[in-house]
Amino acid sequence: MASEKTVETTGALGWIDQRFPLSSTIKGHLTEYYAPKNFNFWYFFGSLAMFVLVLQIVTGIFLVMHYKPDAAYAFQSVEYIMREVPGGWFVRYMHSTGASMFFVVVYLHMTRALIYGSYRKPRELIWIFGVGIFLCLMAEAFFGYLLPWGQMSYWGAQVIVNLFSAIPFIGPELAIWIRGDYVVSDATLNRFFAFHVIAIPLVLLGLVAAHIVALHEVGSNNPDGIEIKAHKDKYGRPLDGIPFHPYYTVHDILGLSGFLIIFMAIVFFAPEMGGYFLEYNNFVPADPLKTPLHIAPVWYFTPFYSMLRATTSDFTWVLAASAIIGAALTFLRCKGLAKLAWPIALVIVAVLLRTIDAKFWGVVAMGGAVVLLFFLPWLDHSPVRSIRYRPGWHKTLYAIFFINFIVLGYLGTQAPTDAFNLMSQIGTMIYLAFFLLMPIWTVKGTFKPVPDRVVFHAH
Amino acid sequence: MIKKLLSVIALTVACVTAQAAGGSYPLDKAPNRLTDQAALQHGAKTFVNYCLNCHAATSMRYNKLRDIGLTDTQIKENLLFTGEKVGDLMKIAMTSADAKAWFGAPPPDLSVIARAKSVNAGPPGGDYIYTYMRTFYRDTTKPTGWNNLAFPNAGMPHVLWERQGPREYTSVVVHEVTKDGKKQWERATSVYGPEGYWTTTTEPLPNYTGKATSGHGFKALDPDRSMAYDNEIANLAAFMTWMAEPVQQKRKQIGIWILFFLSIFFIVAWRLNASYWKHIK
Repeated sequence: MASEKTVETTGALGWIDQRFPLSSTIKGHLTEYYAPKNFNFWYFFGSLAMFVLVLQIVTGIFLVMHYKPDAAYAFQSVEYIMREVPGGWFVRYMHSTGASMFFVVVYLHMTRALIYGSYRKPRELIWIFGVGIFLCLMAEAFFGYLLPWGQMSYWGAQVIVNLFSAIPFIGPELAIWIRGDYVVSDATLNRFFAFHVIAIPLVLLGLVAAHIVALHEVGSNNPDGIEIKAHKDKYGRPLDGIPFHPYYTVHDILGLSGFLIIFMAIVFFAPEMGGYFLEYNNFVPADPLKTPLHIAPVWYFTPFYSMLRATTSDFTWVLAASAIIGAALTFLRCKGLAKLAWPIALVIVAVLLRTIDAKFWGVVAMGGAVVLLFFLPWLDHSPVRSIRYRPGWHKTLYAIFFINFIVLGYLGTQAPTDAFNLMSQIGTMIYLAFFLLMPIWTVKGTFKPVPDRVVFHAH
Repeated sequence: MIKKLLSVIALTVACVTAQAAGGSYPLDKAPNRLTDQAALQHGAKTFVNYCLNCHAATSMRYNKLRDIGLTDTQIKENLLFTGEKVGDLMKIAMTSADAKAWFGAPPPDLSVIARAKSVNAGPPGGDYIYTYMRTFYRDTTKPTGWNNLAFPNAGMPHVLWERQGPREYTSVVVHEVTKDGKKQWERATSVYGPEGYWTTTTEPLPNYTGKATSGHGFKALDPDRSMAYDNEIANLAAFMTWMAEPVQQKRKQIGIWILFFLSIFFIVAWRLNASYWKHIK
């Protein structure tokens, strides 16, 4: 028989620790996990995203108990939850508000990562898992939005699934395969339900676990973008670090209570949020024979939807020209194999941009705008991580990027006009240029000296 | 940065509001009677008597009307006509297939219509119902003999016309027309009489420099009846707004307590956080 593991704890806890790493896990991830002490407001959103995830799962379980994934009953069953299930309206509003607020906190969480360079070496994998979570979240929101079976549910799904038919050769068959029918129908509703309640949540939980394990392996970044592990005391603890528990648990409870005030104010006083969290047209049952005049996705998809709509046949000329310029730039700047590979690839892209239907490139623009984020750690070459020590005009570029993203979001909610379409085309170019030109602009300018230790003002 | 972002958000919200304000026929503001039980009960009576013959409200149970102060006996005696039970849903005898054959399109279910007709960051659906039911005019060119301003060419006739009484509708349109190959502005005034026949007079506006406009006016030939009808429709709109989300008043009442509790919780969390962090230098 193998000898028993020696542990410091005794009694019941000792018994467990000999069989399961309970104390060491608590130490490693909470009481002796050292986080930088200079976290600011932006650092609330990670724990808030975690809270909303749990809230969505718990409220979701209760909704599934009463919801019927059947085209004939789905719409009615949601109203049944709203009217006849005790507390059903509260659970449903928490779930619908939670969906939008999930995106609010995740967008703010990503903004934090962007401005403080939290994706830089050695945190590339945290960022990649995070973008994976963002993609899953988009899929989860898309599949879930079909379930109430209202007009916007139905036509939103119809529009998005139709996008797949733009893929050359396999597109039309692929769209039918996704829907399980020639139009969005009961078959589609059933499979979307399966994805929404089982498949995507499983992947999401796995990615969240990987995100946190990776974070605790390398430690958190901080608003100064410097490594706290560079300065340690004689016990090997970072001088600028404090134990996650109790300092950040108590801090996050404060953040959570502030968040809950906003969240519950929406749930109880404005659950539709003026038609942006719950679209009014979705109170009309799905009708396959009546296309709504104006189909708009929910607000959190609209920046990407704008880029999709911006990609017209004319606009592919602009994109093709940009690819040619990119080919010239990479030929001049790259060395070795890349000096040939990049220009050739980009010229091929330019040719394809003009030979394949613009609708397909719209899909590529929309998907690419998210996929581009995966490469961020290798696009940003700035010598400092945090925006605090970057040149002033870098801050202006970031401001332009965020404002542009919000404007794209606004344009996506509106019916298209010529002026709006031009604006979304310019917006798409700004979005793409911000990321793709990063290898050039992030190294330019006068950077401020980075401090040795974190900047911290006692509370 | 945060200030910049906030100002952008504020600007965006302002744009959205401005957008929503433009567009189709301007809606009248329905009086807010959601807390007035007598008004809601009166609206329920109008709804069950007049609407609930062609339209169903299949998410709504008759005994849900207890929430607006009616007893089961009152519901049975006043609102159930064809052997329904108080626990039944508000369904109708007409099938969807028949409705489609007779009207072209089945009359929509009205359970949540007040929410469905709300406008993004704009007027609530009750305003639409209040306006729609009060802007019918006789128009002999339409199959039903009626037309509507809030919903032009509506498939629904003016079911409550006897309660509103005869009215005269005047439309004044200022637009640019081409006469003898020359563009010129004119004002066209059409008066639709209570029988649905109309006369149009046009008047050239040689010195007009403004934009195209359209104005509408109703003249009630029986003002007392028309005013009583406005009140009846205000009650109906209030009832339908209530019916679209019966829990809405209760939700706001609970919400005040929830926010009160969370505010105290916030203060506790804030002080707790401060007492832990005061040692961190």
